[in-house]
Amino acid sequence: MAATDVDIFSNEEKRNLSLGGHVGFDSLPDQLVSKSVTQGFCFNILCVGETGIGKSTLMNTLFNTMFENEEASHYQNGVYLRPRTYDLQESNVHLKLTIVDTVGFGDQINKEESYKPIVDYIDTQFENYLQEELKIKRSLFNYHDTRIHICLYFIAPTGHSLKSLDLVTMKKLDSKVNIIPIIAKADTISKSELHKFKIKIMSELVSNGVQIYQFPTDDGAVTEINSSMNAHLPFAVVGSVEEVKVGNKAVRARQYPWGVVQVENESHCDFVKLREMLIRVNMEDLREQTHARHYELYRRCKLEEMGFKDTDPDSQPFSLQETYEAKRKEFLGDLQRKEEEMRQMFVNKVKETEGELKEKERELHEKFEQLKRMHQEEKRKVEEKRRELEEEMNAFNRRKVAAETLSLSQPLKKDKDKKKVTYEKTSCPTSEKTGAMTVVKLLDFLCSSSS
Amino acid sequence: MTTNIRYKSRFMKSEESEDKQYVGFATLPNQVHRKSVKKGFDFTLMVAGESGLGKSTLVNSLFLTDLYKDRKLLNAEERINQTVEITKHTVDIEEKGVKLKLTIVDTPGFGDAVNNNECWKPITDYIDQQFEQYFRDESGLNRKNILDNRVHCCLYFIPPFGHGLRPVDVEFMKALHEKVNIVPLISKADCLTPNEVKKLKDRVRDEIEHFGIKVYQFPECDSDEEEEFKQMDKELKECTPFAVIGSNTVVEARGQRVRGRLYPWGIVEVENQSHCDFVKLRNMLIRSHMHDLKDVTCDVHYENYRAHCIQEMTSKLAQDNRTDSPLPILPLPTPDVETERLIKMKDEELKRMQEMLEKMQQQMHEKDQ
Repeated sequence: MAATDVDIFSNEEKRNLSLGGHVGFDSLPDQLVSKSVTQGFCFNILCVGETGIGKSTLMNTLFNTMFENEEASHYQNGVYLRPRTYDLQESNVHLKLTIVDTVGFGDQINKEESYKPIVDYIDTQFENYLQEELKIKRSLFNYHDTRIHICLYFIAPTGHSLKSLDLVTMKKLDSKVNIIPIIAKADTISKSELHKFKIKIMSELVSNGVQIYQFPTDDGAVTEINSSMNAHLPFAVVGSVEEVKVGNKAVRARQYPWGVVQVENESHCDFVKLREMLIRVNMEDLREQTHARHYELYRRCKLEEMGFKDTDPDSQPFSLQETYEAKRKEFLGDLQRKEEEMRQMFVNKVKETEGELKEKERELHEKFEQLKRMHQEEKRKVEEKRRELEEEMNAFNRRKVAAETLSLSQPLKKDKDKKKVTYEKTSCPTSEKTGAMTVVKLLDFLCSSSS
Repeated sequence: MTTNIRYKSRFMKSEESEDKQYVGFATLPNQVHRKSVKKGFDFTLMVAGESGLGKSTLVNSLFLTDLYKDRKLLNAEERINQTVEITKHTVDIEEKGVKLKLTIVDTPGFGDAVNNNECWKPITDYIDQQFEQYFRDESGLNRKNILDNRVHCCLYFIPPFGHGLRPVDVEFMKALHEKVNIVPLISKADCLTPNEVKKLKDRVRDEIEHFGIKVYQFPECDSDEEEEFKQMDKELKECTPFAVIGSNTVVEARGQRVRGRLYPWGIVEVENQSHCDFVKLRNMLIRSHMHDLKDVTCDVHYENYRAHCIQEMTSKLAQDNRTDSPLPILPLPTPDVETERLIKMKDEELKRMQEMLEKMQQQMHEKDQ
């Protein structure tokens, strides 16, 4: 019953009622203000520009302090970012200011990769915030927000147009951060040249689709000033921390032999406009834009990459859960499938190698058999020959015995003859005998080696 | 101006001692003067540096002409992949009867692309080409009308927005310092206070020395020059690299009409020595050292190129064709002892054979007779 009542009410139009007396919720903004004052504010500025163009000096001039800064060298191998955090206080308002400097920007001979470290840094800050947001136990109100709220892009005062590096870098940055282009060292451009230069820069930015930060013109109190300032972009600034006596005041200025350029003189440069816009009027809007536009864009892209979808408009946490589960199942399924595949492959491979090994074994066996047969053959032949030889030896021995008996029956007469004969006879049998001996030895040797 | 005065004073002195020893060759400088005025001079100046540093304005200010009418500048997106071009403008200007054929070689696109690897190559190629052309003409048969297009001086513009030389500056100067006289300049000096100018000049000088870059050095003065001249020369040398501002618009300052730049906080006068070094540059480039620049180009850079060229040619020829070369070959490496001995032996044999032949011939003659 109650649920349907609520439904009906939320579908009706909201009615405007007038109050009978003073209730007191008009103090809500004040409560908010006092809460945020106690919490303190956080602001992050990124300064992008060539070495020596005046980034550190401008920061010192804007915030009227001397932030520690060493002069950078021109010979860095690449671009790297140097973030520094400071705690400032004015009346009772605390500001945690982070200034990120690009060191080595524009110095290399090949500047095609110069924008990458900057984009990576911005993305990392977004990523850190996203991780914090997605945590189970999170403390966003305590979190030190390092996301870049504003990027001041310093343009060199050539007087012609933007440099190619400026264009390329700004195009890469315009969807990730609020960009305000400023013309640095503007005391080198005369008034007429400046006017032409500004028009040229803005037309180049527009024709290349670079979206720079527009001061908001929908907030009643500041519409007028903002829209007039929008027409003065890019601001031509001069920075200085040295003081020069002008009239009877000491003002921040640069002293030249031909005159004194006063930083806070509106007819000399647009420094005052920049300070107004950046700090005094639109700082909060810059933070909001960073969170509502740039960060949301980053988050959406990142989550879409991971495969999440917003199919259910009013129960977003649930769909996150569901899609998470679905993704998990899918992932596990994938994993299993891959495992199976790998196992299959492994088994196949094992089978293959087994088959190969069996083949080889069989071949070896065959060879062995063959060799064995050959060996048998040879042995048989050798045996035959041996038998023959033995027969010959036996025959010879018999002849020998016969001859000896013959010689014994006729001992005296035939001494000399006997000697001769024996001499002859001994020569023959020895040779024969040695011959037979060597053959026997050879046979023995062969038999032993073959066995 | 000062040089003219010097000639005249010398002439006067010799006239005083004219009684016995006056031969008359003291008029030689005047003769040279007359002939050169008749012949006319030529000078080729190259300007190099990134766009937007005021090169064209400075050239216009130096020579008080407008060389860059109807110039088309590229947009940033067109410049992303720009290559370096070489453009030449030639003008004939005349002053008090002296004609000067001035050629300005411009290098649009240098250092403008995102990837500037070897962006100085077209420039070095151009300079080498001019040397080569002159070399060919000089070695040719008809040498009457040689066109001298060699680059006599290169003004290199260093941006004042940084802390010193950048890698691209260093690489460019190192590639060119042995081919042309380099005069480095700090451009758009109206963005630097006097302290900053001094710091930057010291920095640039140190870095030039550190990297071993040979920029154009002013010749030493002779010891018999006047003190004033020596003083000027010393100041000139201490002021390098010159910090210049250019302008072609005339503004009203302190009741006078001067060339300058008008700012809300003051007027920068181009020809005011306390504002910038434009006057020093102009004096150096045009009034006192123009001829020296030409001489150094002819005597040093061109001779280096020529020697290098010839050496390459001979080493190539020696490789291809040992017996037959029109140019004198370098001596062959000394043969070793073994071959020498063999050669000697063979020689002796040959001699003996010849002697025997002669004897035999004699015998035959005797027999005949």
